[in-house]
Amino acid sequence: MSKDWPLWEVFIRAKGGLDHKHAGSVHAPDGEMAVNHARDVYTRRMEGVSIWVVKSTDIVSSDPDAAGQMFEPAKDKIYRHPTFYELPDEVKHM
Amino acid sequence: MRQDPIMQSALRLGDDALILGQRLSEWCGHAPTIEVDLSLANLGLDLIGQAMHFLGLAGDIEGQGRDADTLAFFRTDLDFTNCLLVEQPNGDFAQTMTRQWLYSTYQQLLFEAMAGVEDARFAEVADKALKEVRYHAELSADWVIRLGDGTDVSHQKMVDALGWLWRFVPELFQMDELDSLAVEAGVGVDKAALRPAYDAAINAVFEEAKLTRPDDQRTLTGGRHGHHSEHLGHLLATMQHIPRSHPDARW
Amino acid sequence: MYTTELDKSRPVDLQTGEPKDLVDAFEARVAADEFIEPKDWMPEAYRKTLIRQISQHAHSEIIGMYPEGNWITRAPSLQRKAILLAKVQDEGGHGLYLYCAAETLGASRDEMVDALHSGKAKYSTIFNYPTLTWADIGAIGWLVDGAAIMNQVPLQRTSYGPYARAMVRVCKEESFHQRQGYSIMLALAEGTDAQRRMAQDALNRWWWPSLMMFGPPDDASPNTERSMRWRIKRETNDELRQKFVDATVPQAELLGLSIPDPDLTWNETRGAYDFGDIDWSEFYAVVKGEGMCAKERITARKKAWDDGAWVREAADAYEAKKQARNVA
Repeated sequence: MSKDWPLWEVFIRAKGGLDHKHAGSVHAPDGEMAVNHARDVYTRRMEGVSIWVVKSTDIVSSDPDAAGQMFEPAKDKIYRHPTFYELPDEVKHM
Repeated sequence: MRQDPIMQSALRLGDDALILGQRLSEWCGHAPTIEVDLSLANLGLDLIGQAMHFLGLAGDIEGQGRDADTLAFFRTDLDFTNCLLVEQPNGDFAQTMTRQWLYSTYQQLLFEAMAGVEDARFAEVADKALKEVRYHAELSADWVIRLGDGTDVSHQKMVDALGWLWRFVPELFQMDELDSLAVEAGVGVDKAALRPAYDAAINAVFEEAKLTRPDDQRTLTGGRHGHHSEHLGHLLATMQHIPRSHPDARW
Repeated sequence: MYTTELDKSRPVDLQTGEPKDLVDAFEARVAADEFIEPKDWMPEAYRKTLIRQISQHAHSEIIGMYPEGNWITRAPSLQRKAILLAKVQDEGGHGLYLYCAAETLGASRDEMVDALHSGKAKYSTIFNYPTLTWADIGAIGWLVDGAAIMNQVPLQRTSYGPYARAMVRVCKEESFHQRQGYSIMLALAEGTDAQRRMAQDALNRWWWPSLMMFGPPDDASPNTERSMRWRIKRETNDELRQKFVDATVPQAELLGLSIPDPDLTWNETRGAYDFGDIDWSEFYAVVKGEGMCAKERITARKKAWDDGAWVREAADAYEAKKQARNVA
């Protein structure tokens, strides 16, 4: 069976001032070609002004089974959000 | 009939783009990976777009009511003014990429110079197309380097591709009377003067690709005056047969 | 371009011995319209069914490049040529997105491609029909893409996150495909006698295969119930087919073309069109590989992949050399 190139994850900045956002993936032999491929695949309709690529195997992710311990402790810290605080009506903007 | 150098300049630019675009479109669905398929289609789309601009301009300058489509589909082989390089068959991927690199590197230098000509109609199209052409030159050089310095097989295929296509390079830089008149008219570029910069760009890639620059060969030429290889007739037959079968139709 | 016809094969067996609490939690999440992501626990049958569905969808996009690709070099105007090249290129892109979505489930693209080339994996049978005239390009965009969109729009809410996201991108890009097809048909319908003749002929040949694209009737569609529960299919074959007919008949009338179905009538009580019986024997024959172009399509695909092997190897070799130089 003939081999395919490694997989790369593609992140695109839609316009200046925005974050790079995951757009999809491409196969490519190296980083430079991965950028070319990402350009040719994911920005054909003016979707971006900047591209990042990273080898899929280089991504380290959190374990979904550990999602509880990872993310739920933040749930009861509602005092971190501005809506937690009641203000007198006289104070219009704060 | 005496030819208008301004109209002919637009025609030559349009024909190069049209024929190379048509060749690239033949790859659609047949490339080594899907990513490369999309890359080749992008190159083709850019070139067909350029062809529409330049042929449209040629028709406007001529002022006889011929538009880009009429010029593309209702002229015969003898009327086509593209260089011989762009009509050469796709062959394998090495041949296609070599052809692209040899042409796009030239086209980049040409458009960089043309973006500064007096006639805004030419300068503006060149300036817009330049962004496309720079990417074409870079992408094809990336491929020439990878194939040249890849495996023994790919290296040999590059040597074979260059061995044939190299003989069509000098035609790109030839200046005839029409070209000189176009320079005087503020639409054309002294192509012969681009050769040193071309050689510098090409040689740098040769070195990185571990390829030896081929010895100069007997130049094949004639495209600018309608004398082509046999390949062009077949390309045109395919491209033109529907509009010519229905000359009154609109599509 | 793709529809639900592909669930014609046998369903993947449910794995026994999967932990009940995990299965229940999974079913509850899916029922609540939550998205399942690659690293989440999922039943093996869900994973396998999805790999099959998504890869078949991807294969269909890639094989689907050929019938229309057949006309790129012959498109009758420069504008039409550019549009068609961009459109066929889009289909390639859609195949690419979908292969990537399937890869998140642990299938590699070369394995999937291999399954296609060996005939183990199926693709949409519609692409085994030939494109005989320029009007076929119009008819494919109008009818085949139209049928595909009917199916693909609901798949944007499918339960598997990467599939849903791929479908969002696909649908966004496909929105021009059907219009460009209809625009070709409009130009032909308003054109010369010869053009009108080819338009009607294309409609005659593509109408029934387009209806078949929605797959066998619901009572003969083995996967439907479970796939609906798992949100990897969101409407049944017959529902989608009816929607398509109802939307398309008035468009044909506007073109002044007639639908090749003597039984087609408006049913006032149902508020929908009744239409004639579909020749399912033809459908199953084409599924079995008896379509006019079945052999050419797969041969072209295999040839592209095989001819490209030395290119892929060369680029890998170059990268390996570069890495070695960096280490040294």
